[in-house]
Amino acid sequence: MSNWTRACGTDDIDNEDVIPVAIDGHDYAVYRSPDDDYFATDGHCTHEAFLLAEGLVMDNIIECPKHNGRFDYTTGEGKGAPICEDLRTYPVKVEGGSVYIDLG
Amino acid sequence: MAATGNVERIVVVGTGECGARVARELRERGFAGAITMIGDEPHTTYERPPLSKSALISDEISPVEVLPVARLAEFDVELMSGTAVESVDRDRMLAVLSDGGEVPYDRLLLATGARARTLPIAGGEFALTLRTIDDARALRAQLGPGRSVTVIGAGLIGLEVAASARQLGCDVTVLEVAPRALGRALPAEMADVLVKRHAEEGVEVLCGVVPTGISRLDGGLAVGVEGFDQPITADVVIAGIGVTPNVELAQAAGLRCENGIAVNDRLRTDDPAIFAAGDCCSFPHPLYGGRRIRLESWRNAHDQAVVAAANMLDGDEQHAAVPWFWSDQYDVGLQHAGLADEAGSAVVRDSGNGSQIRFALALDGRLVAASGVGTGTSTAKDIRVAEMLIAAGNRPDPEVLADASASLKELIKS
Repeated sequence: MSNWTRACGTDDIDNEDVIPVAIDGHDYAVYRSPDDDYFATDGHCTHEAFLLAEGLVMDNIIECPKHNGRFDYTTGEGKGAPICEDLRTYPVKVEGGSVYIDLG
Repeated sequence: MAATGNVERIVVVGTGECGARVARELRERGFAGAITMIGDEPHTTYERPPLSKSALISDEISPVEVLPVARLAEFDVELMSGTAVESVDRDRMLAVLSDGGEVPYDRLLLATGARARTLPIAGGEFALTLRTIDDARALRAQLGPGRSVTVIGAGLIGLEVAASARQLGCDVTVLEVAPRALGRALPAEMADVLVKRHAEEGVEVLCGVVPTGISRLDGGLAVGVEGFDQPITADVVIAGIGVTPNVELAQAAGLRCENGIAVNDRLRTDDPAIFAAGDCCSFPHPLYGGRRIRLESWRNAHDQAVVAAANMLDGDEQHAAVPWFWSDQYDVGLQHAGLADEAGSAVVRDSGNGSQIRFALALDGRLVAASGVGTGTSTAKDIRVAEMLIAAGNRPDPEVLADASASLKELIKS
């Protein structure tokens, strides 16, 4: 079952960057890729739960702001130590200047 | 894949952050031989950074595993915890254990870490130190509302422990011999931000204060201080006065030691089969004129683990990572990249929300260090960019550095 929820405006995120979005007490990270595609993942790193939105985005990679754990934010795949667990991703769609996340 | 034809058995001495990362890295690089990790701590691999911070303020200190036990099994790593390596027989290529057992190696990694320095004054043994999870549990048991705590040493560990003790409701005083706090770690202006924060929390940091001895007094402790009429009394005294690298095993094996086990920029000792990495080793840093340094940080343990793993598998990787560390005190996060000691000038970037970054530039304009303080990880992105600029030998425009509205990321691309 899909549950599309508005996360933010498309202009709220700079190109190749990320912002934090809290919905119903859950933290998400919403990304804008260098090609202006949008993606969403859980907001916290799977290693020690730091807020990913304070980390650096380079191409398709988000890097945890604390321990440099890296994930491909388009797939959630962890890219090596210290990450032991992949990151959950969410379907995203853009409509009328807004970014929506399917919270499932 | 690295040529690993003649490397079948790798022994790692040390089960800390570095040793565990090496084991993982070896498998991820396709090494299929035997990996044995040996360490004298009676625990599985665990992270040390939380022990002075988040873990210390929790009610019960549980370990954050570097490699969960299931991963150790998946990676087929033999973990021999609670086992000391007594000596290294370089001729026969054996690690000799305290129980007389012998473990043969083709490559040996010394990731023996460091140990907390103890106070070289009368009664110094009354001061607790913090390095292991057992130390942290012993310390935690002494902390609580209304307990008085004297911390000796205003370095990173001392100030982190002071902040944690304060958060647990203790009355905390910090004593520092040097004229200022964090003299080894940070520029004075950044150290001041943290000391001011401690003052706001009611923690006094007294600098230029020389403790002369500790004695028992009325069920508590008394710290004698040079020039003070009265001793400082406390329920708990903690010494955070730095660490000593564990070089004895290397020394006894005839390996060169210079402020740590001496390795080259490939992390190899003078014995081609033996490597060292992490807090225990000193190495020449190519970004800083090949100067021999030793680093005590979580990140360095990881960075060097990667290089050591590659080179033990007959790779030829240079260790050139920019030194980086963080600290958490109260809700303030500090991140620091680089070495500031060849700095000629400084540029401050003030984001206005309590976050600020201080960039250090060498005389030729190269960025050599950057330290950021702010709430949590608010300066992390910029410090990460600074780290890349330092690694690239970039000479950034000081006006862009100082302008909080200008994107630092653009500097990498330019």
